Amino acid sequence: MKTSIRNVYLLPYVVWIGIFVVAPILLIVYYSFFDIEGKWTLSNYKMFFTPIYLKMAASSVWYALLVTFFSLLIAYPAAYALTKTKHKQLWLLFLILPTWVNLLLKVYAFLGIFGTYGLANAILAAVGIGPKQILFTDFSFVFVSVYIFIPFMLLPIFNALEELNPSLVDAARDLGASAWTTFRRVVFPLTLDGVKAGCQAVFIPSLSLFMITRLIAGNRVITLGTAIEEHFLVTQNWGMGSTIAVFLIIAMAAVVAVTGNRKRG
Amino acid sequence: MKKLTIFFAAVFGAALLLYYVSLALNRTEGYVGKNTLTVYNWGDYIDPALIKKFEKQTGIKVIYQTFDSNEAMMAKIAQGGATFDVAVPSEYAISKMKEDGLLIPLDHSKLPNLKYINPRFLNLSFDPGNRYSVPYFWGTVGIVYNPGMLGGKKITSWNDLWDPDLRNQILLVDGAREVIGMGLNSLHYSLNDTNKEHLKEAKEKLDRLVPNVKAIVGDEIKMLLANEEAAIGVVWSGDAAEIIAENDKLDYVVPKEGSNLWFDNMVIPKTAKNIEGAHKFINFMLDPKNAAQNAEYVGYSTPNKKALDYMPKEITEDKRFYPDFDSIGNLEVYKNLGKRMLAYYNELFLQFKMHRK
Repeated sequence: MKTSIRNVYLLPYVVWIGIFVVAPILLIVYYSFFDIEGKWTLSNYKMFFTPIYLKMAASSVWYALLVTFFSLLIAYPAAYALTKTKHKQLWLLFLILPTWVNLLLKVYAFLGIFGTYGLANAILAAVGIGPKQILFTDFSFVFVSVYIFIPFMLLPIFNALEELNPSLVDAARDLGASAWTTFRRVVFPLTLDGVKAGCQAVFIPSLSLFMITRLIAGNRVITLGTAIEEHFLVTQNWGMGSTIAVFLIIAMAAVVAVTGNRKRG
Repeated sequence: MKKLTIFFAAVFGAALLLYYVSLALNRTEGYVGKNTLTVYNWGDYIDPALIKKFEKQTGIKVIYQTFDSNEAMMAKIAQGGATFDVAVPSEYAISKMKEDGLLIPLDHSKLPNLKYINPRFLNLSFDPGNRYSVPYFWGTVGIVYNPGMLGGKKITSWNDLWDPDLRNQILLVDGAREVIGMGLNSLHYSLNDTNKEHLKEAKEKLDRLVPNVKAIVGDEIKMLLANEEAAIGVVWSGDAAEIIAENDKLDYVVPKEGSNLWFDNMVIPKTAKNIEGAHKFINFMLDPKNAAQNAEYVGYSTPNKKALDYMPKEITEDKRFYPDFDSIGNLEVYKNLGKRMLAYYNELFLQFKMHRK
């Protein structure tokens, strides 16, 4: 009796997952076996293993790694500093605030800031370095992506640090560990789950970024997301677009598996 | 918990209220029933005063909806569901919609004003006999450039873009047919070339353009060029007119090797409910005075011959936007190359983009 009631409660969740998670993935896999004329084929998969797509996949992974690395580099110390401040919820709010602004608007703002006559170049000129091309470079792409993803890295790390029992740190210090050793042997391992969650939240979406590649990188950076967009919207080659999506799903599953909890093992 | 419940109830209540208000508003404005006409057009692509005029003349309420790409428009019409009585696709989209059976044939007896259209723009390959479409605006693909930033240098041809002095100065529009077409045109091949050897040659030529290309962008190209972010842009003439209106230091040229001639056209999609009203609307837009007013507002080139008489000379004599057809070698309309060829164009374009690393 009890379990059947529980199953009834589960029903909306199961239906939701079925319609919006499982069915779309199956559809993507299904479509990936059709060519542009709707004939059954494996040629999309063959196509993926040509140098163009492999290179594209490699560059997607490389940029996603860069973005994740720099996000972590900035977000961890920021989260650590946050937990030490007096009004941490307020400061946290300030750091999260940018996510309330539409993504496209923020990206457009960077078009202005990084432009030849923008703020960044005005500052460079004022300090005597002189104007540089910032827009449409790898630098601007990574910078803007990191800016956009920082809140997603910050939150899980902040939460992990908050949950950390401070007496553990005190104990380590009492036992003679230096601040660095305490961090390395106590704080960081205990917040590793937060770091993993943050890395997933940043790495996975940045694998398939496509709008920023065009707006900020002027298509100098081509990711798998760009190719998917083109295949679905322009070429209408849903098969090839789906095939790339299948590989993205595999890549994401791999990331989750690698960064997942190993406690149970 | 109680607070949360109240909060959600309030959101729900507000949503219901807004829904009711919008419904009531639509009713008081007469947007219900048969007497409406839904026009599906590109954003900012009609003089709103003309819609008011049409409503007054015919008593039909116009609902104006916009799209920002042919693909999005086609997807919505193919899905059905929503009612669109008149749509304004580009020529290659018309071939495709025709193939897919998404269009309703026009009744020419209800479009007497069709006679004002310049015969040059009628009976084109994408719609022989104008069975389904009537030209709305037309234009070219060409080069916008900033003579000031180029030290007074003039651009007249596609091949000028390969000049090594133009390093990192060119913005390209993110369109496979436009960019590959530019490569084909620079080699004096047809824009609709399907010979793979020619296409490969064009792609190799484009690869040599890479050092000069600053970025490949979308609609932002207008803002970037007007802000002098780069000296040269490959754009559609309509965008060029907008850019020049914003920054009059820029100039536009249709390259002498030839280029693309494009059309946006009024059609009646199969989702139409008010076919009678749709014909009335199309005929209304073909009226020379209305077409002139619309062309002045939008800034694109009108195919309406008679309308030119009602427009200021400085517009109609501007050779950049109303070119002498004899002076330009070959202006070609894009043909529907079929899915496979289009995919090949896109594949080459993707390779060109990848090459830029």
